[in-house]
Amino acid sequence: MKFSSEFRDPELARGVLTAIARTVAEIGATAERPVRIMEICGGHTHAIFRNGIDRLVPEGLEFIHGPGCPVCVLPMARVDEAVRIARLPGVVFTTFGDAMRVPGTLGSLNQAKAEGADIRMVYSPLDALELARRLPDREIVFFGLGFETTTPSTALTIRQARDEGVTNFTVFCNHIAVTPPLRVLLEDPHMLLDGFIGPGHVSMVIGTRPYAFIANEFGKPIVVAGFEPLDLLQSVLMVLRQIRDGRAEVENQYARVVPEAGNPVALAVCDEVYEPRRSFEWRGLGEIDRSGLRIREAYADFDAERRFEIGYGARSAADPDGCACGEVMTGRLKPFQCPQFGTGCTPRMPLGALMVSSEGACAACYQYGGQRRPEPVG
Amino acid sequence: MCLGIPGRIVEISDPTRKLATIDVAGVRREVNVMCIEGDAPLDTLVGAWVLIHVGFAMSRIDEEEARATLDILAQMGEAEDEVAAMRASERMLGAER
Ligand code: SF4
Repeated sequence: MKFSSEFRDPELARGVLTAIARTVAEIGATAERPVRIMEICGGHTHAIFRNGIDRLVPEGLEFIHGPGCPVCVLPMARVDEAVRIARLPGVVFTTFGDAMRVPGTLGSLNQAKAEGADIRMVYSPLDALELARRLPDREIVFFGLGFETTTPSTALTIRQARDEGVTNFTVFCNHIAVTPPLRVLLEDPHMLLDGFIGPGHVSMVIGTRPYAFIANEFGKPIVVAGFEPLDLLQSVLMVLRQIRDGRAEVENQYARVVPEAGNPVALAVCDEVYEPRRSFEWRGLGEIDRSGLRIREAYADFDAERRFEIGYGARSAADPDGCACGEVMTGRLKPFQCPQFGTGCTPRMPLGALMVSSEGACAACYQYGGQRRPEPVG
Repeated sequence: MCLGIPGRIVEISDPTRKLATIDVAGVRREVNVMCIEGDAPLDTLVGAWVLIHVGFAMSRIDEEEARATLDILAQMGEAEDEVAAMRASERMLGAER
């Protein structure tokens, strides 16, 4: 392990690692009975594998990779609807690049593009709106994807389109909220999570209060963390100390970016443009109450579900046979324990969505080989 | 998509639409600054470091934080990807002018 090059301040990192080891020992956790911490955000998952943090911490500490990669939890049925919209005559379908390779039962958007659908990658929903201005005779549809970090940008773009009277721009809304699946995981009697590392950038928008139920109702600690390896280590230590001391609180390690109340402008525009759906499907987790957003009636003209009469849930699609995405997502299996890992499922030819984005647990594990193999001592 | 990228506000390019030109790792692009506007006049944002998500400045950060974040993103290969996505999007739009 190239330890020193991975950390800005190796001495500090070493100190935190020592404190982590001591605290794990004080808790009495062992390889057989580990303390389990879920990092919710896919960016953290990537950083943990990238920096080999899972191998630097003691055996008695296990990371469970959470549902915080929006591309990974996008259900097959919605990918299929995206492909159907993209194939409609006159439509230009715009999307973030990440979503191009997500497999659905009709193939991926990449395949649909190869077959002639007009699908274009954009960096920002603003670029999709700009395309609508430049191509007034075409229907521009934007694939609205992501958690609360990207949800406000889509909302602001929709509002901009309305203010300018743009009539050929709609959003296929698949925005989701980060906390509802956590409740589902916490209510699962088979789930053995001891604490959480909270997402940094989502929290910059929603603040730290939406996590209160994790501490208050379920008695588990959560620490909102930044993205530097040292941020992650410090946050892990903060979670461990709470566990050792029998505390359950929402702590904020990333206060330099995350205000307790979040971003009021972003929250207000989201509330104006979207309303919660009764439920929304998550790949590997199933339908989750009030976990997805739809566009409000007041902005119906910008809703692709209404414009193309798709709605939600009209057609379902089962995950492919033999993939263990659900088990990996809920922490029951490690990525490399899936029978398809590295054989039927690789980043080049993903079978499951966790293999698509670099924030997906399987892709990160594959890329960095971050599995805990028993290593001979000495 | 979820990791933001730091950039520095160069000028306010369209006050009505709340757009600013931002320098992101040497590349310039227009970004919406409504979420970080606050009460001060827009012009006071020039020179500020911000965290950008998919074309929207979502948070003001200090210079040290910006540099540290850029380093991390560069290590992860994410900074390159973000800039490449910005450029590709711009090229795509350029072809439709
Ligand atoms: S290896 Fe592929 S199929 Fe198996 S859990 Fe990971 S993404 Fe799903």
